[in-house]
Amino acid sequence: MSYVSAPAEGRPLPVPTELSAPHWDGAREGRLMVQQCPVCEAYVFIPRRACPQCLAEPLEWVESSGKGTIYSYTIIHRPPHPAFEPPFCAAIIALEEGWHMLSNVVGTDPATIAVGQAVAVEFLDCGEVTLPVFRRVN
Amino acid sequence: MALPSLSDVAIVAVHNTRQARQIDEPEDSLMLGAFRAVMVEAGIGPADIDGISAHGWTSGINGSDVIAWLGGHPCWNGVHYPGIASVMEAAGAIMAGQCHTVLMGAAQSGAHRGRTHTAPWTRPENEFVACWGMFTPAHFALIARRHMALYGTPVEALAEVAAAIRSNGAVNPEAVFFGKPVTREDVLNSRMIADPFHLLDCAMTSEGGSAIVMTTRERARDMGGEPIYILAGALERMGQAYVEPPLWDRFGMMGARAAAGCFERAGLTPKDVDVCEFYDPFSFEIIRQLEAYGFCQPGEAAGFVLDGNIRIDGSLPVATNGGLMSFSHAGAVQNLQKVIAGVQQLRGLLPPQLTVKGAEVAMISNNGSGAVTCDVMLLGKTA
Repeated sequence: MSYVSAPAEGRPLPVPTELSAPHWDGAREGRLMVQQCPVCEAYVFIPRRACPQCLAEPLEWVESSGKGTIYSYTIIHRPPHPAFEPPFCAAIIALEEGWHMLSNVVGTDPATIAVGQAVAVEFLDCGEVTLPVFRRVN
Repeated sequence: MALPSLSDVAIVAVHNTRQARQIDEPEDSLMLGAFRAVMVEAGIGPADIDGISAHGWTSGINGSDVIAWLGGHPCWNGVHYPGIASVMEAAGAIMAGQCHTVLMGAAQSGAHRGRTHTAPWTRPENEFVACWGMFTPAHFALIARRHMALYGTPVEALAEVAAAIRSNGAVNPEAVFFGKPVTREDVLNSRMIADPFHLLDCAMTSEGGSAIVMTTRERARDMGGEPIYILAGALERMGQAYVEPPLWDRFGMMGARAAAGCFERAGLTPKDVDVCEFYDPFSFEIIRQLEAYGFCQPGEAAGFVLDGNIRIDGSLPVATNGGLMSFSHAGAVQNLQKVIAGVQQLRGLLPPQLTVKGAEVAMISNNGSGAVTCDVMLLGKTA
């Protein structure tokens, strides 16, 4: 069973855009960056031009604590891409600031993963891009 | 002259071509075959048609092509994707007096090569999706897993959905998986794809064509077949498919607004629905819809399903032709086929063992929570 279920090589990597670059630049520096509306203070992810609550722009980039819980997860046994060694865990992480992102939960026997478990971000250097992934914490 | 209202718009003829995992016949040939069959059923010729809505998956065939096939006389041309969306668009055109008789068709062939082929629309390339190894079953699995955690929904309920739908297809000679009965145990013993979904919790991929004819109640009297009426229909869209995290809190109740609007407009409640041709890309999506549309309270659909209610002999049969799991799941055609299944059911055109006796009202749905699109429609034997 693969406990480190996030390959650093070969997986399809994001191509940052002008809009999303601060998120990926932050990850390279070991910081989990998310947008926040300067008017209504809503956290915004995935990156957008304007706040979906009040349409204000520009949005500010702020650093998340990277702490959260597993909102939902799936253990994938039939990967869509050969770089992923099954089984591995794709999950929605609920960050403590109140926003959500898709990621992988790594370093854990997939059979022991459950909704609600506490996780924290760590950064996986994939060459051109660094990906924020999550690991369970006690 | 007064324009027709929605209850004056009827579907008068429906036809599915042969469906199969792979079809080599070109899409124009498939679509022409469906058009000829449906025009024979309606008892009309090209000169009787003044509206077109058409889509070919691989070929890109569109309404302009079909208008030319029919000799190029003046026609209204729909642009919505085949399914509830295109049917409601055509109904609106008929109600507005833009046209009176619409020929609608869709075809897909030549897209799948090899039995292990994954449906080409299932691998989203978005920068916040693909890098995590996400694909369509995983999106829907994230919705299902949250429901399971919130309500204790057991995997056996998911397996029961898949077994019920696949049992219908097993006795439908037109279904791709005709003659292949499936039990709950078969579903649970099939290989895991994206937990909690086993292989048999997931729709297949297939190809085929379909067509329908829509017209006014008045003109329907002079045509063949039995008119089925559109009681209500509504589109519900929540953004771009497969881009944002599929949060249960945002998308779990998708279709609730559309369904409530349809029931209110038709003056009906879920108790009035006799048969449900719900969209069934993954087993859990049926459980979700039963709760979102008001057939069950949140968290109670699993028990409803496990009690046998969605079986063909149950209180609320679902996906009676075998659905996307067993009848067919062709990208361009699947949504229109849900409408066709509802019409066939109300007209008693499905095989006897799949016919819900006395069915007056059918509820149709297209697409699902993971795709953040959920359209709903009510069809009636009487308007």
